[in-house]
Amino acid sequence: MALFDDKVKSQLSQLLSKIKNPIIINFFTQEIECPTCQTTHEFVQEIAGLNDKITLNVYDFLKNQDIAKEFGIDKIPAIIITDTHKNIKGLRFFGIPAGYEINSFITACLEVSGMAEPLPEAMISRIKKISKPIHIQVFVTLTCPYCPGAVATAHRLAIENPLITADMIESTTFTPLAVKHNVSSVPKVVINDIYEFVGAQPINVFLDMIEKI
Amino acid sequence: MELTFNLPGLETIEQRTVPLDSKTLYDVLIVGGGPAALTAAVYCMRKGVKTGLITLDVGGQVAETSTVENYMGYRHIEGISLVQRFKEQVEQFEIGFLQGYRATRVIDGNIKKVECEDGNLYQAKSIIITTGKRWRRLNVPGEAELTGKGVAYCAICDAPLFKDKDVIVVGGGNSAIEAAIDLAKLATSVTVVQLLPSLTADKVLIDELSKFTNVTILYEHEIKAIHGTSAVEAVTVHDIKNKKENTLSVQGIFIEIGLVPNTELVKNVVALNEYGEIIIDCSCRTSRPGIFAAGDVTSVPYKQIIIAAGEGAKAALSACDYVLTNK
Ligand SMILES: Cc1cc2nc3c(=O)[nH]c(=O)nc-3n(C[C@H](O)[C@H](O)[C@H](O)COP(=O)(O)OP(=O)(O)OC[C@H]3O[C@@H](n4cnc5c(N)ncnc54)[C@H](O)[C@@H]3O)c2cc1C
Repeated sequence: MALFDDKVKSQLSQLLSKIKNPIIINFFTQEIECPTCQTTHEFVQEIAGLNDKITLNVYDFLKNQDIAKEFGIDKIPAIIITDTHKNIKGLRFFGIPAGYEINSFITACLEVSGMAEPLPEAMISRIKKISKPIHIQVFVTLTCPYCPGAVATAHRLAIENPLITADMIESTTFTPLAVKHNVSSVPKVVINDIYEFVGAQPINVFLDMIEKI
Repeated sequence: MELTFNLPGLETIEQRTVPLDSKTLYDVLIVGGGPAALTAAVYCMRKGVKTGLITLDVGGQVAETSTVENYMGYRHIEGISLVQRFKEQVEQFEIGFLQGYRATRVIDGNIKKVECEDGNLYQAKSIIITTGKRWRRLNVPGEAELTGKGVAYCAICDAPLFKDKDVIVVGGGNSAIEAAIDLAKLATSVTVVQLLPSLTADKVLIDELSKFTNVTILYEHEIKAIHGTSAVEAVTVHDIKNKKENTLSVQGIFIEIGLVPNTELVKNVVALNEYGEIIIDCSCRTSRPGIFAAGDVTSVPYKQIIIAAGEGAKAALSACDYVLTNK
């Protein structure tokens, strides 16, 4: 059975029709010992089927270890949305972006395709100045209405600066990781395993913390 | 796994908003981004007055609501979808727009000023305050320190993280009982702590909650303290009638005891009522000429989306009148 019913499908097609330049959905999966991989695989397949500008590359986490390493993938299911030249590699999703997270997923597709909403000049120059590798993990649940906002903000930073990697992490799929970071409210944002905050905060709050690193 | 996809799903209209400018003297400056603010914005722009808007986020409480079934025109709509529709209706206008920063102070005068967290002072002939409400805190030891570490306010967001755990829900109204129902489906045990001798939630919700066998309700009890170092470990409750204290071992506590108005920015500027709400008359006028207010932040009875939107419209029309007659 398809994941998307006709109504969702037509809404998704309409939203994805704004994709400007072609994008690639890089999907890391595994046939065994990954309970959510299969559904996530169906999800990316159905998404890729909705728009000609989307290419789906499926990698086996075990068999394609070199590629997993190139993308820095340490857990699955993982989705990385890139442009065709892989200039932008920092927008990642761990766990299925269903529920409310479908919105951050669509936003990521559009932004990587060149449709990012412009930011003020001063903000752009702050982001471009970041010179150290930054890893932002945004822990979410699929029933949290304001989590996609936090994911989209982290992803927006990753669009502007290749040193920034921003992950959506579905907390109930990666329970041990969520427990390690003491996630009991979402969205919870963890930056380089040093700084953390709870709640959908504006982009300047992310930047204030990143600049301390 | 049963999956849903909560999409707003609609065509986006071209975005025409412009950055808010501290050198411009606006006719109307709106503070807030919920239904009251966004409706006021549409009315002001259609009236052709120079309008600006400062808000921390777009959607306000509606962005936190899963489904809305009492906003006319939609039998059933996701909170975020309704927000998206409001937002698109505003974005078709060249309104001065600043999102992501808090307005910290309103300074009254012939020309009114709004001090903002971004370091700027914005100016306008009139102001509409629509800053709404936020979750009420218990104000007990441990609450602030453990917020996000087991102390939670958004049950639909955080319930999935409390699977197989013991949790407390504080409150007895609709939001508390909805939270208790969501949690009872996953958690090992749910203890509802209610100050009053009965629940005040709608009967349908109370009936649904009574179907669960893992739920205990403590009436006439209050929370005294929340304990834990890096996460919630226990909560002390006080039995008011029997004057006894008891410490329950739990990993989570959901505080669902209503909301408080966001009026810090106008304290000592406009008159507030005993609940801290801005007192307005039937034209949304506050105690200060040229300062208007609308929605949940005001003394208007009943806090609903459709009411906030209607009040936002009224405040906008009053503000436009004020600007035109005080040229
Ligand atoms: C869980 C929940 C479910 C609900 N369900 C329903 C329902 O089904 N139907 C219904 O009709 N109503 C419902 N309500 C009530 C409804 O959401 C509110 O009545 C309505 O949102 C009020 O709108 P508002 O514009 O006055 O304020 P709010 O929605 O509270 O918006 C306030 C805005 O002001 C901004 N803000 C606050 N302070 C500042 C500041 N200092 N500077 C800048 N910006 C600031 C905030 O970021 C926010 O954008 C629900 C509320 C909740 C919490």
